[in-house]
Amino acid sequence: MSDSSAASHGQSPSSTGSQSGTEQLTTADGTPLRISLRKAEARARRRAFFLVLPLLAFLLVTFAIPIVQMISRSVRNPEVSEYLPNTASAIQNWNGQEVPPEEVFAAMAADMEVGMENRTLGRAAARINREIPGARSTVLGTARALDEMSPPYKEAFIADDDGWTNLEFWRLIKRETRTITPVYYLLAFDYEYSPSGEIVERAEYYQVYRMLFLRTAWMSLLITALCILLGYPVAHLLATLPLKTSNLLMILVLLPFWTSLLVRTSAWIVLLQQQGVVNDMLVWLGVIDTDNRVRMIYNQIGTIVAMTHILLPFMILPLYSVMKTIPPSYMRAARSLGATQLRAFVTVYMPLTIPGLAAGVLLVFILAIGYYITPALVGGDTGIFISNLIAQNMTGSTAQLRLAAALATILLVAVLVLYWAFNKLVGVDRLKFG
Amino acid sequence: MALPSYAGPGERAWYYTYRVICGLIFLFLIFPILVIVPLSFNALPYFTFTPEMLSLDPAGYSLRWYEALLGSEEWLFSIRNSFIISISSTIVSTTLGTLAALGLSRRHMPYRAAITALLISPMIVPLIITAAALFSFYARVNLANTFFSIIMAHVVLGTPFVVITVTAAMSSFDEQLIRASQSLGANQVTTFFKVIMPLLLPGVIAGALFAFITSLDEVVVVIFLAGPEQTPMTVRMFSGLREEISPTILALASILVAMSIVLLTAMELIRRRGEKLRGIKN
Repeated sequence: MSDSSAASHGQSPSSTGSQSGTEQLTTADGTPLRISLRKAEARARRRAFFLVLPLLAFLLVTFAIPIVQMISRSVRNPEVSEYLPNTASAIQNWNGQEVPPEEVFAAMAADMEVGMENRTLGRAAARINREIPGARSTVLGTARALDEMSPPYKEAFIADDDGWTNLEFWRLIKRETRTITPVYYLLAFDYEYSPSGEIVERAEYYQVYRMLFLRTAWMSLLITALCILLGYPVAHLLATLPLKTSNLLMILVLLPFWTSLLVRTSAWIVLLQQQGVVNDMLVWLGVIDTDNRVRMIYNQIGTIVAMTHILLPFMILPLYSVMKTIPPSYMRAARSLGATQLRAFVTVYMPLTIPGLAAGVLLVFILAIGYYITPALVGGDTGIFISNLIAQNMTGSTAQLRLAAALATILLVAVLVLYWAFNKLVGVDRLKFG
Repeated sequence: MALPSYAGPGERAWYYTYRVICGLIFLFLIFPILVIVPLSFNALPYFTFTPEMLSLDPAGYSLRWYEALLGSEEWLFSIRNSFIISISSTIVSTTLGTLAALGLSRRHMPYRAAITALLISPMIVPLIITAAALFSFYARVNLANTFFSIIMAHVVLGTPFVVITVTAAMSSFDEQLIRASQSLGANQVTTFFKVIMPLLLPGVIAGALFAFITSLDEVVVVIFLAGPEQTPMTVRMFSGLREEISPTILALASILVAMSIVLLTAMELIRRRGEKLRGIKN
């Protein structure tokens, strides 16, 4: 801190001193002031940076690197080139029109021998089997019989199993020798490679991801819209009431904000289930009879209601902080000039609230599209989001880590683009809590 | 916004309609949280009000779900795990976050915008993505299913809050106070502890509370990182809500609501103290 004050005083005399060149201003120990100043500034910069360094290094190691690794995993395709290296290089000259020549088969035999020893052949075979069912038994069956075979391997292999004449099998191997693959991104958008190597849509039965991305986006938009609808009037009321009353009412916004997500989600389960409080109330009011209780949970309604409740404070708080700064005299001026209440509100007040609205909208939308817990608990089958599928692909017997990584990367890009827009429009430093 | 005396009948009608609408929205915000508290005292294993409860018959109420919660080895074990994780991660994230915020608020901080963006990013990146990335990362370095990996993950999630609140506290800091202190003969260390720290403390405590509650409430990352030995209460609650819902969860939820009321009050007191120290009054 003392460095900075020295710096601001030192600037002008040092520049005049160097121009005349005759008598340079120096510090007590005789160094020219300009150099001494530069040194002091560099020292201040270093000091500031060293304070940030521990956290920066920590986040790089435990956050940034894992994310970069995840992204690289989504395009990595090491199985074939790593486990069948000889075949991978021998097949490059193959034209793809007929069964490959003997040299490719010989390379395959060499890879098999190594692969059986290291137990890596099974992994390569499993990778191929994912796209050509039965290929696993062809590869592993022949590999087991390899000891009794002798060159030429082409005839021997084909005699052992006619799967080796399948051109699709060889085309797949050639395609999979590339170590970077778009295949998981294609999957994430419901596309795949056809047997002949073209990019085609997957069978309709398997198409889930595009629909889920769209659903995540539109449900997030809907939730954001509901938050505007509910948040705007409340924020306006809070901003215009006398401070004492509004502080008291603010508790009703801040308490949900501070309450655990799981508590709020379980509250909605309790309220909305078929034997729950809301249905009981509707029966008691005579709106429905007890045999026709409404299904309000484990579907989209559950997700929308619970998430709107959870995200609403994120809309109210930024709106409130902006509305608070709008002088009430603006509205009075508009009215005195002859505008109706409505017109004054729409043409004078609303445009002034746009920064707060933009902050709220982006905040709610960004949080909504990444939501996992609430849709998982109250979404049933129709109310789940893309996050839930990422989670599904991370664990369990059907885990596909690379697909999960690709889906997560797509979501990440979407969020970063929104965040960038948020920063341009509102500025991160204006984020406040409580 | 009191109703002016010249308001017409239309405006009067709208004025009251508007307040009723806002009242309903406030009800929507608060009712779900408050309703679980009485329901947690239900004598029967239901999630709805029994006729006995509605007629305020003491027989309709009982403490059995609280007894079930506090008498259960498993729940106590996971509650203990939660506190181990939250307290440790709060200490680390408050230390790292406060240091970083002090650096960021210096005038000479290089690349401030880019570094701030990076430090804040764990708050922006969806939790499932952080979970996916950390899940593979800690598996690869053989630290999956350890307290260490969970605490580190929670430090990642908690520090942005500390950085933001402490930076905010620093931004309203009057640097003349430092010069004043030094002109009165205090050295840098004394200045830091006697002048800077007391003014900064509300921000640090607020940040620490945020980090603590973030860690205590966190579910997504721990689902993937915690093994049976580390299961925190949130994971147990999550699987409880998924499989066999028992009113025991409502008892825990009510305790957590009470805790958030305490935290909210603490935050408010800190805010007032901070304003008083700075001499701001509104």
